[in-house]
Amino acid sequence: MFYRENGQFKSSYREDQQILGIRQDRWFIFGLIAFAFLVVPFVASDYMFRAILIPFLIVSLAAIGLNLLVGYCGQISLGHAAFMAIGAYAAYNLVVRFPQLNFLLVLVLAGLIAAGVGILFGLPSLQIKGLYLGVATLAAQFFIDWVFARVKWFTNYSPSGSVSTAPIELFGYKFDSPVERYVLVLAVVIVFALMAKNLVRGHIGRSWMAMRDMDVAAEVIGIRPMYAKLSAFAVSAFYAGVAGALWGFVHLGSWEPAAFSINFSLNLLFMIIIGGMGSILGSFIGAAFIVLLPITLNQVLPPLGALVGMNFGTAMASHLEFMIFGALIIFFLIVEPLGIARLWAIGKEKLRLWPFPH
Amino acid sequence: MAAKKNGPVIALGAVLAAGLAAPLVTGSPLGFYLEVLIGGLMAGVLYSLVALGFVLIFKASGVFNFAQGAMVLFAALALARLAEWLPAWIGIPAGFPALTLAFVLAAGIMVGLAWVIERIVLRPLVAQDPVALLMATLGVTFFLDGFGQTIWGSDIYKIDLGISKDPTMILESMFQGGILVSKEDLIAAVIAAGLVILLALFFQKTATGRALRAVADDHQAAQSIGIPLNRIWVIVWAVAGFVALVAGMVWGAKLGVQFSLAQLALKALPVVILGGFTSIPGAIIGGLIIGVGEKMAEVFLGPPLVKMWDLAGGGIENWFAYVLALLFLMVRPEGLFGEKHIDRV
Amino acid sequence: MKLRISIAAAAVAAVTGALAPAGAAFAQAKEQFFPVLSYRTGAYAPNGVPFANGYVDYLKLINARDGGINGVKATWEECETGYATDRGVECYERLKGKGPTGATVVHTLSTGITFALTDKSFTDKIPIITAGYGRADSVDGQVFKWNFPLGGTYWGAADMLVQHIGKKEGGLDKLKGKKIALVYHDSPYGKEPIALLQERAKMHGYDLSLLPVTHPGVEQKATWLQIRQNRPDYVFLWGWGVMNSTAIKEAVAVGYPRDKMYGVWWAGAEPDVRPAGDGAKGYNALTFMAPAGIGKVHQDVIKFVHDKGQGTGPKNEVGEVLYNRGLVAAMMSVEGVKRAQTKYGKKPLKGEEVQWGLENLALDQKALAAIGFAGFADPISTSCVDHEGGSSARIHTWDGSKWVVGPDRYTADQQIIKPMIKASAAKYAQEKKIAVRDCAKELASSK
Repeated sequence: MFYRENGQFKSSYREDQQILGIRQDRWFIFGLIAFAFLVVPFVASDYMFRAILIPFLIVSLAAIGLNLLVGYCGQISLGHAAFMAIGAYAAYNLVVRFPQLNFLLVLVLAGLIAAGVGILFGLPSLQIKGLYLGVATLAAQFFIDWVFARVKWFTNYSPSGSVSTAPIELFGYKFDSPVERYVLVLAVVIVFALMAKNLVRGHIGRSWMAMRDMDVAAEVIGIRPMYAKLSAFAVSAFYAGVAGALWGFVHLGSWEPAAFSINFSLNLLFMIIIGGMGSILGSFIGAAFIVLLPITLNQVLPPLGALVGMNFGTAMASHLEFMIFGALIIFFLIVEPLGIARLWAIGKEKLRLWPFPH
Repeated sequence: MAAKKNGPVIALGAVLAAGLAAPLVTGSPLGFYLEVLIGGLMAGVLYSLVALGFVLIFKASGVFNFAQGAMVLFAALALARLAEWLPAWIGIPAGFPALTLAFVLAAGIMVGLAWVIERIVLRPLVAQDPVALLMATLGVTFFLDGFGQTIWGSDIYKIDLGISKDPTMILESMFQGGILVSKEDLIAAVIAAGLVILLALFFQKTATGRALRAVADDHQAAQSIGIPLNRIWVIVWAVAGFVALVAGMVWGAKLGVQFSLAQLALKALPVVILGGFTSIPGAIIGGLIIGVGEKMAEVFLGPPLVKMWDLAGGGIENWFAYVLALLFLMVRPEGLFGEKHIDRV
Repeated sequence: MKLRISIAAAAVAAVTGALAPAGAAFAQAKEQFFPVLSYRTGAYAPNGVPFANGYVDYLKLINARDGGINGVKATWEECETGYATDRGVECYERLKGKGPTGATVVHTLSTGITFALTDKSFTDKIPIITAGYGRADSVDGQVFKWNFPLGGTYWGAADMLVQHIGKKEGGLDKLKGKKIALVYHDSPYGKEPIALLQERAKMHGYDLSLLPVTHPGVEQKATWLQIRQNRPDYVFLWGWGVMNSTAIKEAVAVGYPRDKMYGVWWAGAEPDVRPAGDGAKGYNALTFMAPAGIGKVHQDVIKFVHDKGQGTGPKNEVGEVLYNRGLVAAMMSVEGVKRAQTKYGKKPLKGEEVQWGLENLALDQKALAAIGFAGFADPISTSCVDHEGGSSARIHTWDGSKWVVGPDRYTADQQIIKPMIKASAAKYAQEKKIAVRDCAKELASSK
């Protein structure tokens, strides 16, 4: 009733090529962005910013990166946190060695460095695919972790192997408080998310999807596999690198290689599979699911237990958190193997027809 | 694509062999060299046992079972805790009788677990994308981690097989200093060998085993001649559960049973890449190669590397297995013993 | 469409509200809130559980026996970190605003979490106690205003171990040419002592080899094969959780004598040696503050907490090494509050006020005896420049069933450590662009 495109006519190519073709979608997204920028900063608490919103946004960015590679180009990566580590350590070294650099420039450079390493570790993809490629990326994960833990130059000879960053300054303005950091991250993430959305609609994105759906056919219609796959690895690692730099500088402030461990990589993979492969929106939904669910469960379970007369400690709550988390993953896979984003799309389809059945 | 390209395989093999021989040439004492070799083989046996579980399930159902590590932990916890509790519950003597009964009970639990997993997780997901199935087993991993700690506890538990832990020296007359071996390691190797023989007999001689192999070869053909797929899956998961129990017992006896056991499961991935996803001997040999390669690299290659680049400590065994598997993949994607229908790009 | 947006907005707002800490509701309660970051699950649970039990039991004791801290009731909430830095940060953010005055003081119980929270302490103004862990350079209160590595740091610990083996060899000069291997947890925790051991190696001429062990520490075969090859004269063990017992087992397997092994104080508790069975006999470790055993405070805990059915863990763990350390950690928090009450009054205090209390602690033997800790804690006396307040320890040895404390008491050699602390803290201040406090001036202005 409210949601349908009847009566919205495209009268120019420009209009036809909009990211969000349907007016209602456009309003919804604009509304959401406006809400995130104009309302959230005034109502959310410190805890919301620092423990939930900022990590959620940064992790979403990394998930978008992984989704470009896995969801759009069909190349699996079990070591994406390693590319985040590259971004974080690259940014750290840039800041330490060239303190006058603008932070935004540092972010982009860190992303570019990660992209370079991504291409390197993407080379095996020209030979192998599937889980086999997964092992190649696992090698990247463990090797890169090891390099940052061992080569002292990367940590600026820090005795404990842990690096700390200075507060972020942009154009002479210090991003100190959680709100300011949130706004900074939000802006970066929105820009990159829109870029990703555009990228996958364009020529490159289409060649990725062609590779994913059938590589031989893609080659036949003139897509160069090397170019398509390596560009996917590069762009994906770029996103991961930027996310890693943000994770280190904005969220953690000080970190060691363990901050970008294999578990982080697996979590990223969870996000895009739960959220939806090949969907930018799915990356956000998946990130929300993986970031929020454990925390929510951890907080909600003890009071719920008390409600039914059971008093369990943090250990029990934590075990239950694991169990429910695992069960929910299975549940969502069974209900909708294509991810929550697919449920969303189905919901939209239904809404278009509502309230009439046909 | 199918053209024989043995050159790279031979080259890689030669490099590995040279790497294996290098420490001897550069003057490591033979006794110590053999000790490292044995240590590597022992670690390899443990990897093999986990990889075996992976291969069994992958063969029969095409599922890459990430939960194998969690199953090892779960089985080991069940065994350790039951052996501890049983004497108090039903008054059988602690020690060997309790351990035996606990083993039987734990095996029963693993069979039950296999049944539940098939019913609740696999059956609804049948014919889904392999990635979805992989994710489902990750879900199982989380569930088992939480569930295991809930019912069995999260302390470090002992499995006491009654083997002396002190090392013994052998061949002291032949080498200076002799070779240090631990009885525990030898028994672990014997158990692993016994398990492999048992599995081989099961697959070759029993009707169920033959049905399993038929399913592994071709699902549809197997189904068309009346092999019930669902039951086969339960059986194969149960067998994998049993393998997990044996692995858990051996590991638990050596290292103690604790949550961190599950973390070792990731090491099985390079092992199965090396050995081939569908080959049981491949899992065993792959495990041994990874185990030996890793320990050799750490002991003989690590220190010179550290010296050369002024690194903050060695630890190259963390990534060595994966890099080895990667190199191997580049020259022989189907693994040592794998079937050749892996699609190359 | 507007409707849709507003529904979404309402939903988000509802979630926001539900998750936001509800601290303001009971603003006037006479309560002092203690966040408890603990880990009762995962790879480090065997060590995390007794510590957490000891910590909470002491707070219970304070309420049950004394009716609170001078009438201010102690409240607390546990949060499970699983020894993971990101979860630790989340826990901290969740708990820091609770209670009428917010979090009093945080024990991070992980070096990684310490590093992360140190950054936040400057804006949050909540003191962090890292008793016997954390970053060594945070002793310098002029840079690290909010960090309190009370009673010892890893640099101090490493220093004392070197002193001990020097003494065993008959003088520090006898260490020349000796081989020491450091088997450490590959994390900031394990890496902390390296700087000092290297400094000492330069002075005494011993040969230091570094053998990292990857989390969680169950794979140490190659490490111990290297030890078997090099036959170091001593092995220092800087492990945590399951890594410690595995190290001892592997030492048995390669035949390395356990009496040549020295653990830091986090590698010297019952969960570290018991799983290794008889093999652990002869293994040594530093004690931190409280050795194993029962003192007056334990009797009180049993009488007022356990006998009332209020015990957090099993009764038989009272008096174990890590349990005692939890007690001592809680005691430090409470004493910090008590000290701050002398200046700000007997009411719920803010973290900022407790910082003053922790910075002016003066716990001598008499004061410790008065609160039941005679023999179970060492004197602490802090100041604006010195946030450590003294660092001494003894060596205890596992005899197969219990820890036997050795006779000698060691004190960290500040002449070596001080300059290192100064240099490292200064580097941190410069990297983080922190204004260094002027302690002399602050002292003058407060008088």
